[in-house]
Amino acid sequence: MTACPSRRALLAGAATTLLAPGWLLVAAQAAVPTGRRWGLLIDTSKCTAGCDACVRACAAEYGWGDATQVRSDQAPRWIRKVEAKDPRSGAVKSLPVMCQHCAKPPCVDVCPTGASFKRADGIVLVDRHVCIGCRFCMMACPFGARSFVHEAVTGQRASAPRGMGTVEACHLCVGRVDAGLLPVCLEACRSEGRAAILFGDLNDPDSAIARRIAEIAPARLRPDLRVEPGVHYGGL
Amino acid sequence: MRVLLAAVSILSMLVTGALGAERTWPGQCVADRQEMRRNHMDLLMHTRDATVRQGVRPAGRGLDGCVTCHAVKDERGVPVTVADERHFCNSCHISAAVRIDCFSCHSSLPGGAR
Amino acid sequence: MAGPRIRFTTLDTGRPHLRAAALVLGVVILAALGAAFLMEHHGHAITGMNNTVVWGLPHVFAIFLIVAASGALNVASMASVFGRTVYKPLAPLSGLLAMALLAGGLFVLVLDLGRPDRLTVALTHVNPTSIFAWNVILYSGFFALVAAYLWALLDRRVGRHAGTIGLAAFIWRLVLTTGTGSIFGFLAARDVYHSAVMAPLFIAMSLSFGLAVFLLVLFALHGRDGMGDALIGRLGRLQALFVAVVLYFVVVQHLTGLYTARGAEVERFLLGGPWAPAFWLGQILIGTLAPLVLLLVPPFSRAPQYVPIAAALVAVGGWFQVYALVIGGQSLPLTLLPGLDVTSEVPAAYAPSLPEALLGLGGVAVALALVVAGCAVLRVLPRGLVDETASGEG
Repeated sequence: MTACPSRRALLAGAATTLLAPGWLLVAAQAAVPTGRRWGLLIDTSKCTAGCDACVRACAAEYGWGDATQVRSDQAPRWIRKVEAKDPRSGAVKSLPVMCQHCAKPPCVDVCPTGASFKRADGIVLVDRHVCIGCRFCMMACPFGARSFVHEAVTGQRASAPRGMGTVEACHLCVGRVDAGLLPVCLEACRSEGRAAILFGDLNDPDSAIARRIAEIAPARLRPDLRVEPGVHYGGL
Repeated sequence: MRVLLAAVSILSMLVTGALGAERTWPGQCVADRQEMRRNHMDLLMHTRDATVRQGVRPAGRGLDGCVTCHAVKDERGVPVTVADERHFCNSCHISAAVRIDCFSCHSSLPGGAR
Repeated sequence: MAGPRIRFTTLDTGRPHLRAAALVLGVVILAALGAAFLMEHHGHAITGMNNTVVWGLPHVFAIFLIVAASGALNVASMASVFGRTVYKPLAPLSGLLAMALLAGGLFVLVLDLGRPDRLTVALTHVNPTSIFAWNVILYSGFFALVAAYLWALLDRRVGRHAGTIGLAAFIWRLVLTTGTGSIFGFLAARDVYHSAVMAPLFIAMSLSFGLAVFLLVLFALHGRDGMGDALIGRLGRLQALFVAVVLYFVVVQHLTGLYTARGAEVERFLLGGPWAPAFWLGQILIGTLAPLVLLLVPPFSRAPQYVPIAAALVAVGGWFQVYALVIGGQSLPLTLLPGLDVTSEVPAAYAPSLPEALLGLGGVAVALALVVAGCAVLRVLPRGLVDETASGEG
């Protein structure tokens, strides 16, 4: 007489076999295709010190601008305007700086839990389910792109979960991009009449962004670090 | 006994596999009640990782989908947040005394509502 | 091996000052736990840390404790690995102190996390390219190795393994401290940190701070009586040597910066900016010059009572060194556009807050409490440290 399986084993086995096809289906749906690399091209000649439409649009879309009682040095900042001056000519430059979505992101190297990661299509993200809030990625980022959520968050947008104790940054509007839409900073800039931001697949030689980059050979921030940012700046 | 078990398993795999391909939302359950009670945490984790790491976003299967379908409304017909004990997740989690971490970041209200 | 056999005893728990000390430590630890609870509940908004200075006072304490932990083991290593039998009586206390200091440092680090409830996530999800993750593995291994080492030192039945385990612990701690220094040294983004000198600087700091804390604990628990002048003098000169080695690396670090045009701007900030007082007064005057005078210049160097004073100065100065490094290094604005004057990025201000100070002090209290508890339970305190033992080999 062979032994019957224990009830626990039975349940575990049944659950696994019943759920397996569902899991397989989720995985079988198209994951992000490899070979594509999303990037931005920003024409800084169209940026002025007074304009922060991209910043306001991002803050409104994802709710990080909602909190009113927050200290300015602790306030979330996924994107910021940077103003610079050439010390010799006095020429001023204005440009928006956000996560550069590097090909070799230092933040991904240093994250102890692997929460900071690069997706197959080049978007660098924080998996905030795994982030322990050690802020080491913030130390490692050469662009100061990341911010830490210093206090409890309420009233989150359904499309923008964010919470206390984790690190966050620009995610290139990953939800919108996956749905075939454009980043909100780009659309806001277009509404302002400046249209300084271009978005597309850097690896597709026929895309508008790749052709424009080949045409004007834009700069990138800190090329000496060799992190290969995905954000390009024309007019610098 | 074992042969019977194996047959049932294979059959159910075929059946749920076939059903899954045509599942629509809203209106149709992800899985039956007992199965969800036992396994929803594993399903959530798996879908979560597939979505975040690989960008797989099956329609209606995000946490927003769960929250929308399972929304509990108060006397005025307004959905309640997880701070309210009538919230769907609280209906088990309070008595099971298992802390829910999801809503420290995710909205516990149906999509779009604040 | 000449000299009488050393007897080890436990701490006499009847001593009146001990009760008061335990009470104080208990209060501080409770206050630290309260601060950690507030931080967990209200978030880091109640601290002085911000999006630019992301690591603050708690990390200064934690790094000081972790660096001192590694160095505190050095006294035992000198006995077991380098054959200096004169330090053999001090070896068990050294091992206990090393573990206690590391525990105190980790206490602070874990409680400061944004999501300390995810500690299990940190232990199960390990990114193999992360220097931080390597350090977590190194810290865990350090506990295991030093515990085994302590066992070998205390239990005569396994005492013959003390040399081998001691060597393993010594190498492990060198790797650990190199790892701690590399947490900073590997950051290409930060001009103040990105340097190969960070690792050896941290090794030197560990030797100096570790010995200083060990001396303070030794004098507090064992007392001056029964310690021969020759032994105290030896320890004092060793402390002076370690202080000098740290000074060497600090000089090399800053000279290298000052030499280049680009580095000079960074040095102007470090040596003349908001954190200059911490550097010049704290690190150099209190932490380097004053102890060197007390330990090497007669008549101070001939009086053994100045050795614990010098050790205290080294510890205080060492804390300021870590403070200037951690806070000052983060405050320097990132270079986004080399050659341009980036007017919107200014040096970040940082003002330490009470919760941070309580948390950091709590780490110190946890370390001291563990040492006291360990000494009360284990026979690690040597009796009979008279100069006959100092005349042994080494």
